[in-house]
Amino acid sequence: MIDYKKNELLRFTTAGSVDDGKSTLIGRLLYDSKAIFEDQLEAVKKSSEYKGLDYIDLSLLTDGLRAEREQSITIDVAYRYFSTPKRKFIIADTPGHIQYTRNMVTGASTANLAVILVDARHGVVEQTCRHSLIASLLKINHIILCINKMDLVNYDREIYDKIVSDYKAFASKLEVKDIQFIPISALMGDNVVDRSERMDWYDGSTLLYNLENVHIASDNNHIDCRFPVQYVIRPQSDLNHDYRGYAGRIASGVYKPGDEVIILPSGFTSRIKSIDTFDGPVKEAFAPMSVTITLEDDIDISRGDMIVRSHNQPEISQDIDIIMCWMNAKPMNPSSKYLLIHTTKDAKAIIKEINYKIDINTLHRIENDKEIKMNDITRVRLRTTQPLFFDSYERNRNTGSLILIDEGTKETVAAGMII
Amino acid sequence: MENYNLNYLKELESESVFIIREVAAQFDRPALLFSGGKDSIVLTHLARKAFHPAKIPFPLIHIDTGHNFPDTLEYRDKLVNDLGVKLIVGYVQDSIDKGRVKEETGFNASRNLLQTVTLLDTLEEYKIDAAMGGARRDEEKARAKERFFSHRDEFGQWDPKNQRPELWNLFNGKKNPGEHFRVFPISNWTEMDVWNYIHMENIPLPVLYFTHQRLCIKRNGTILAHSEYLNLRETEKAEMLQVRFRTIGDMTCTGAVLSEANSLEEIIKEVSLSRQTERGTRADDKRSDNAMEDRKKEGYF
Ligand SMILES: Nc1nc2c(ncn2[C@@H]2O[C@H](COP(=O)(O)OP(=O)(O)O)[C@@H](O)[C@H]2O)c(=O)[nH]1
Repeated sequence: MIDYKKNELLRFTTAGSVDDGKSTLIGRLLYDSKAIFEDQLEAVKKSSEYKGLDYIDLSLLTDGLRAEREQSITIDVAYRYFSTPKRKFIIADTPGHIQYTRNMVTGASTANLAVILVDARHGVVEQTCRHSLIASLLKINHIILCINKMDLVNYDREIYDKIVSDYKAFASKLEVKDIQFIPISALMGDNVVDRSERMDWYDGSTLLYNLENVHIASDNNHIDCRFPVQYVIRPQSDLNHDYRGYAGRIASGVYKPGDEVIILPSGFTSRIKSIDTFDGPVKEAFAPMSVTITLEDDIDISRGDMIVRSHNQPEISQDIDIIMCWMNAKPMNPSSKYLLIHTTKDAKAIIKEINYKIDINTLHRIENDKEIKMNDITRVRLRTTQPLFFDSYERNRNTGSLILIDEGTKETVAAGMII
Repeated sequence: MENYNLNYLKELESESVFIIREVAAQFDRPALLFSGGKDSIVLTHLARKAFHPAKIPFPLIHIDTGHNFPDTLEYRDKLVNDLGVKLIVGYVQDSIDKGRVKEETGFNASRNLLQTVTLLDTLEEYKIDAAMGGARRDEEKARAKERFFSHRDEFGQWDPKNQRPELWNLFNGKKNPGEHFRVFPISNWTEMDVWNYIHMENIPLPVLYFTHQRLCIKRNGTILAHSEYLNLRETEKAEMLQVRFRTIGDMTCTGAVLSEANSLEEIIKEVSLSRQTERGTRADDKRSDNAMEDRKKEGYF
């Protein structure tokens, strides 16, 4: 039995160009970690036979909806799960197709780590750069570059070395702290779960070992205390007549009873009386715990307010500079108002200024193209109807991210990272 | 910093509690779909945690096919009573009587599919704008792309190609008149996570999940509970077996497994060794490769 009390959760995203072997790799991880059941495998065996293949096509395991099966291409983000005695893993499986920047942004937004595939025969290609830049933009701290299909290049060390040095030359532009390289064959299983005997020149660890051991505990911000109020709990029962608790999920920092706090936007100060959970009060709370905070004083606080420490406050402004990824087929309309969600707060916003577009293959600025379409990444300035309480995305993913919503269709049309 | 670390079950719990609170905050008339199965039992437990010390601020909805295990109803009524929440029951029988659906006939007759109409009618009658369910993404291929906040058009239908992107922890519950949402707070849990969590939290379960003697029918590799609702073929004979259930739904299509597991520890051990998905025991999914996807589009759970 797994000792679940010690297990951690790792969320990672996978990216690669079409046919680099992403589905095969995921199928392999699920299969070798025994997350695949017999009936699922049976179904895949049958489909493989039906297609006239002489091996089990593990990529069929992760093939989602019918529309995709018919087009034989992944069109959206899908989530997969497996666990080992050390960790539980959530994979955000994003397609490598050119026009799907938005899917990769979506998958990367919750990931601690990105696995990026390249085909050993093709080396670093435009898409490799694009995926890496998106991972960097979304502030993923760890990238593992898997050089796949090593079996097709005779497990040749020189080819691997060349790809590694090409990538390193490019990666100097990235703001990623930790980059690892692994030569693998997803099809044959080399260096995925088990060490390859055919690449004794490689002395690093396998992909799974890396995933199990990468240090993620310090990826959360435990310094800046930010508690967006999500819901006010008022039991109004005889027993808890005067109880007034502020429920929410700690965005960052560590809170303790007795802490002096200030409430935004009102500016009232108070002290934390207790931090409550169903299992009883706790002595300290940190991200990403969901708790209920009570205060010493009766203050009018509602959803969208933020409880922070007096000596460490977020920025407060109605003018917000963001890097924005447009995610809707309908282009951005410069004269439209958009709904905005930031932490637990709703507001409206206009796009006041378009600074420049970013060429996602090179990171170069494109200054004079102001038309924003699906998959475009741009730097813009927003003006909001109410002040937001925020930090830069770089410092704090939870208080530095926002989404824009079309007022008519109510669809999510853009993702923003605050500069 | 080392000690500011949550174990993965606590992290999953925290995520689910966040989503349940988001639903209560963003919607006017949310509800929780309670099937009596372990997933909806866990969901209800999480909802209780989310609003403590207050009561759960929305009703539970049970879609009653009329073909229930008696144990499920007993468990449901006790739970509702303990929590002090309102229970809404939608009866498939009512949909049949009103001519909204037609009872299936034949040996594989089941009311499982008919539930969708009763569910949609019930949501409409009570003007529910967000219905939370205990579905998980690991259950079935078609669910792997499901969102936490799943948008439904005014006919209650799901369009897999037109789902809203979901970024960070920002959930867009905005909608136009007539539209509503299904929300799946335990999307990121696997069957194993659910069992481990039930164990960690010591959540009481209906006795059906533990081993017992039962009259059963074997059909197409599935073991079904013998009941008055099941039409038997001439060649089929009921036999007494030592079984338990891995999921619990309508009596006519919930498969049992041969098992001696009598405690949560034994169940967890059995599940971790098992080589069959839990849905593998469900007759409804075997109808076709796309069975689940089609049902979901129409508005199934
Ligand atoms: N020889 C070899 N073929 C591979 C390897 N990984 C994937 N493939 C094959 O490459 C093709 C594309 O793989 P797939 O996983 O569908 O790629 P995806 O588009 O990135 O998901 C399939 O025919 C796979 O069998 C590998 O390591 N070695």
